[in-house]
Order: sequence, then C-alpha cells, then structure tokens
Amino acid sequence: MASQEVLREEPSRGSFINDPKVRGIFFQAVVVILLVAGVWWIVHNVIENLQRLHIASGFGFLKNRAGFDISESAIAYSSDSTYGRAIVVGLINTLIVAVAGIITATIIGFIVGIGRLSHNWLIRKICTVYVEVFRNIPPLLVIFFWYSGVLAVLPVVRESINLPFGSFLNQRGFYFPRAVWGDGSWLIFVALLVGIALAWFVARTARQRQMATGQQFPVFWTSLALIIGLPLLAYVLSGFPLTFDFPKQSTFNLTGGFQVKPEFLSLYLALSCYTAAFIAEIVRAGILGVSKGQTEAAGALGMRPGSILRLVVVPQAMRIVIPPLTSQYLNLTKNSSLAIAIGYPDLTATAGTVLNQTGQAVEGVLIMMVVYLVISLVTSAVMNVVNARMALVER
Amino acid sequence: MQEHDTAWVRTEMALAQQAPAGVRGPLAWVRKNLVGSVGDIILTVLGIALVVLILPPIINWAFISAQWVGADRTVCATAAQGGIQPDGWSGACWAFVNAKFGQFMLGRYPIEERWRPILVAILFVALLVPLLIPRVPRKGLNAILLFLVLPIVAFVLLVGGMFGLPHVETQLWGGLLVTLSLSFVGIAVSLPMGIVLALGRRSKMPIVKTLCVVFIEFVRGIPLITVLFFASVMLPLFLPAGVSFDKYLRALIGVSLFAAAYMAEVVRGGLQAIPKGQYEGADSLGLGYWQKMVLIVLPQALKLVIPGIVNTFIGMFKDTSLVIIISMFDLLGVVKQNFSDPSWATPQTTKSGLIFAAFVFWLFCFGMSRYSMYTERRLDTGHKR
Repeated sequence: MASQEVLREEPSRGSFINDPKVRGIFFQAVVVILLVAGVWWIVHNVIENLQRLHIASGFGFLKNRAGFDISESAIAYSSDSTYGRAIVVGLINTLIVAVAGIITATIIGFIVGIGRLSHNWLIRKICTVYVEVFRNIPPLLVIFFWYSGVLAVLPVVRESINLPFGSFLNQRGFYFPRAVWGDGSWLIFVALLVGIALAWFVARTARQRQMATGQQFPVFWTSLALIIGLPLLAYVLSGFPLTFDFPKQSTFNLTGGFQVKPEFLSLYLALSCYTAAFIAEIVRAGILGVSKGQTEAAGALGMRPGSILRLVVVPQAMRIVIPPLTSQYLNLTKNSSLAIAIGYPDLTATAGTVLNQTGQAVEGVLIMMVVYLVISLVTSAVMNVVNARMALVER
Repeated sequence: MQEHDTAWVRTEMALAQQAPAGVRGPLAWVRKNLVGSVGDIILTVLGIALVVLILPPIINWAFISAQWVGADRTVCATAAQGGIQPDGWSGACWAFVNAKFGQFMLGRYPIEERWRPILVAILFVALLVPLLIPRVPRKGLNAILLFLVLPIVAFVLLVGGMFGLPHVETQLWGGLLVTLSLSFVGIAVSLPMGIVLALGRRSKMPIVKTLCVVFIEFVRGIPLITVLFFASVMLPLFLPAGVSFDKYLRALIGVSLFAAAYMAEVVRGGLQAIPKGQYEGADSLGLGYWQKMVLIVLPQALKLVIPGIVNTFIGMFKDTSLVIIISMFDLLGVVKQNFSDPSWATPQTTKSGLIFAAFVFWLFCFGMSRYSMYTERRLDTGHKR
C-alpha cells in the first residue's frame, strides 16, 4: 500500500524549462523558423539571380523546339520536336538500359553467387576473383573500359567480325537480323498469350490436385510445350509470315538488320558486370543464411539434391535476398545516369542538354530529380509486393 | 572385492593413425575439389579452358610485351603506326603511365610546389599507419593529431596563401590528390551529419523526424550525378549575387550531402540494434538526451556498424570519380584527359591508362574492405547470439 501512496503523491514540479514536452515544442519551433527563413532566403536569392541573368522561369520551355539531335531514340524524334519530347526520349532510353541491365545482372549475379559456393575449387576461385575485381573499381571506370578499351578497338566496318545467326560486330556496334512481321503474324502473338494463360491454368490446377491428392503433374514441361508449341503451331498455320532482315555488308557500311550502338552496349555491359558482383554477394549470403539443418532434414526425408535446392533452400534464401536485391536494382537504375560520360542519351544527358540550352537550371535539375525519385519509388513498390508474397507466412 | 588382472591395459596412448590414403594428399584433394562427379569434371574443364583462354594473353599483354620506359609514343606504337614495335605487337604502355605519373597523382599542381602535397601525404601515412595497428600505444593522441591537427596543416599546406606559401588554386588540383581529399573531407563531414540525421529520424519530435526522413529518402532516391548537377548549377543561384563558391567546394558539398544520407541509414541500423534496456538504463541514471546518446548508445551503435561505415566510405571513394562530369579532374579524369595528348596517342594508351586507374582504385578499396573485416573480427565482443 505504501508504494501506491508514494505514486499518488504529487510529483515535485521542476521548472517548466526542464519539461521534455515543452523543450520539444520549443526546439521544433526553432527548427521550423530556421527552415522557413532559409527557404525564404534561397527563394529570394534565386528570383533575384534569375532576374539579373535574364533567365525565364516556369516549365513553358518544354513546349519549345529542341533543336538538337538524339542519336538513339525509341520513339519518333527529330530536332524539330519539343524539349518535353526530348526528355521523354531520354527517360525511355534510361528505362531500356536499366531493365536490360537488371535482367543480365541478375542472371550473371546468381550464376557467380552460386559458383562461389560450388564444391569445385576452380569455379569457386574464378567467381571470387570476378567479385573482388568488379566490386572494388568505380562503375564509371568499367564503362570507360568497355567503351574505349574494348569496343573502340574492335575492327572497322569493312573487317567486321562475323557472328552466328548472321550478326556482325564492329566499331559501330553490334548488328543482328531484324524480325519482319508479315501478314497474319498477329496469330502468333495471340497463340503466345493463349499459351501463357493455359500454362498458368495448368499450374493452378496441378497445385490444387497435388494439395488434394498428393499426385504430381509435370507442370514445367507442359507449360514449356504450351508456351513454345502453340506459337510455333500458329506460325506454321498462318503460312510462315515471319522473315528476317539480315544485315548486309556494302562498301562503307552495314545495311539492314538491327544496330545496337556501342554507347548502349558498353553502358549495358558495364552496369551488368558491376552490379552482378554485388548481386553475387547477396545471393551467397542468402544461401548461407539458410541453416544447414534445413538441407539435412530435407535430405533425411529422401529428397534429391535438385529438389532440396528448388523446394527448400531457394524459397528460404529468397526471403533474405530480395530486400538487398531491390536496393541493387535501384543502384543500377541510378548508375545508368553515368551514360552522360560516354554520350548515351539517357535522361540525365538529354535533360542536361536542355538545361544548358535554356539555362533553366532549377527546372532542369528538378525534372531529373523528380523522375529518378518516381522510378525509385515505383521499383521499391513493385519489389515490396514481391517481398510480401515471398515473406514467411507466420502463425 | 574381486581383483582384476589389468596387465592388458595400455599405459600410453596409441599414436594417431594417418587418415586412409584415399582421403589425404594432393590426389585426394583433386578428386574431392575438382573431379568429384561428372558435372564437376565438366565444370573443371570449362574453368581450365576459361583460365587458359584469358590468363596467358593478359600476362603477355601486361608484363611480357609491355613497355615500361620511353620518352614518347614511339615505344608503344607498331611500325605501321609510326613507332618502333614490330607489326602485330600488342602490349601495355606502362611508359605512358610512367611519364605521366606526377600528373596522375597531383594533377596540374605547380611543379615547384609539389613538395607540399607530398609532405601532406607523408604526414598522413605516418599518422594513419600507427592508428591502424592495434598494438601501437597512444591511440588518443594519434587520433587527435590525425583528425584535428592534420586537416588544419593539410589545408594550410595545400591551399597556401599564408606563412609565405604561394596560393594554389583548387582548379590546379587533380589526380589522386582530388580523389583522396574529396573522399576524406567528405567522410569527415558526412559521418557527423549522418549521425545527426539518424538521431533525427528516430526522434520523437514529429517535425524533426519528418524533415530527416524526407531528406534521407529524397537523396537516396536520386543518382549522385543529379546531386552534383544540383551543386554545380543550382547552388550558385541560391547565394546572393557576387558570392560565388569554388568548384571544388561545390563538389565537396554535393558529395557530402549524398554520403550523409547513406551514412544516416547505416547509423540508424546500429541505433536500432541496441537493446531497449540500454536506453532505459541511461534514462534511469538521470542522463539527459545528449549524454545518453554520446556516452551510452552511440559508442555501442557505431561499433556495430563499422563495416557499414567502411562500405559507405568505399562507395564514396568510388563515386568521387563522377566529378569528371562537372569537369573536375580526379584520378580517372586526369587519366582520361591525358588520352588526348598527341605525343602519347597509341591504340594501347587508353587501355593501359584505364587499367592503371582501375588498379589504384582497386588497391584502396580492397585494402579498406580487408581492414574492415579484420577490425570487425577484433571488435567482436560477443554481441552475436
């Protein structure tokens, strides 16, 4: 009872200066005042500077004629297009190289990461050397190395290196046959979509059946047959509408085919190689993070090594792998801004050109920052969904 | 009691027998590590093919055919390209690196003043090495000299303009000098900033917390290049007319702001790993907020995140190479700038220069990551469960 009385006693009030709540409010008020004053000062300076330098403000310039060419563009663009369109072209180029790089880096990263855990001494060492080399040099240097160290010393057009499937490699890039879709080729796409839908349906039914009866069904091979077989059937039925436009050597240049410029190639290869080293480490940590008891227990249940890896180790390792993998994907996307150093027209490069031409630095940098921020947020959101589906379902 | 005849009991231990011949010796190692199964054999063959395909040409290029000394491009060019090498020759042009070494290290720092950065480098190494070796005594004094006295001395020596030393514009700085000074000053600024941001993010004051979260997430969502663009084109607009910044200082502000956001996340990880009992214990001793943080929480938290801090530093060290984009010349920038020197222009120059730069970056980054692993093991005082 005595203790309760002590508690009920009125606490001796000190000076209200010592009250953490009062202090908190006071401190925050100071921060807000400083912040507002700072922002006001900056805005004031910016307005004054812009007036002094006779620079227009606002985003009206986006509708003006750009007047510069862009070497690579996925959508129609000429120097008569607007600044806004130029920035969109840059954004699309950024997304193309980021997506291609993410896919390749993931594949190389998983192979190297698993290789570092191989029983084979030689493979283990080769993978370790790969990781230690690429992790410890700046990505910009890797890009320069591919661009001026490897791709620039390739042979000139007349002595192009012939590669399989009628593709060529020379100083001006990588040429490969372009698919030309003839009449009736829509049937192939429809067949592909139907195949994917059927495969999904088969997988669902097979899982339900396995849950109910325990009987297994060769889902993988059936899906493969559906996804590849149906379009092939459509291809034959619609009378072989797909032809290829092969690159041909003429006197001065290669004509026809599809050309991948060396700028894109070196950026893509460099980003893939560089990020793959980090992904390999993440994958290795993820697999090592699954306790040995899991593997042994699965072995004791009589599962084969392949099944153990696929059904026991990988699903658990993925939970550890996905969050850091997300940040590597974001890093790759952000590193694609290094394109400006070798002249690949990505978002930073086109927005930088626009910024230089119009002199509207504030708007130019703001556009860059906001677009990258949106890309980052979208990527994180997508990966969070993936992560939530992979996460451990606990009681 | 019944008596036992114990004559058969051994009085000494039997010598340990060697493992069976099948599991020891180099042959067994090969069997276990290289040719364990059919798949293993295939992998080994592929691996050997890869090594044989890649390694001899590299060794030949980098060492055997390489040219180490020479006055100009003729030593590194074939006869057809106007040099002295036979046709078809291909080797590293280390002579180029050799001739430009001073520039690669210090940029266009005036030649008669070069003793100044060299002296700073010697002082830096002389103070850093004893600090890194755990057995050397007087760590406190050493740290004070390195982190408080040396920066002032280095500033006076490098910038000059006082004590009779002529002033050297930062525009003349370049090479490894810029890379190292940018990253070391950057870390010195970004670590305290990161700690403050991390504390702010975990603060109970909503406005402070929101500000810190917005800053951290915003900076982490954009590439360093845009931050550097911001620092180089927007920062001058933020200041009153007539006040202008040195370009070096602008890059420094950009790099520090960028690194601070990443540092804040690393420190936050450490703060979250400290058990609640430590905070409550500090409260019950009657410590104020800053006393609690500085005396109890931060020493433990920072120790936990040393690997993360070193990783951030390595990232920053590599990222300083991006200042080339706002036309400053760090190591990579100077190397790249020298490719356009006509007296050294050969097909081999580019590769040699880039590989040299890569080697320098690699040496620093690899060394730092290894030292951090060593420290991590040494400081491991049993927090792991």
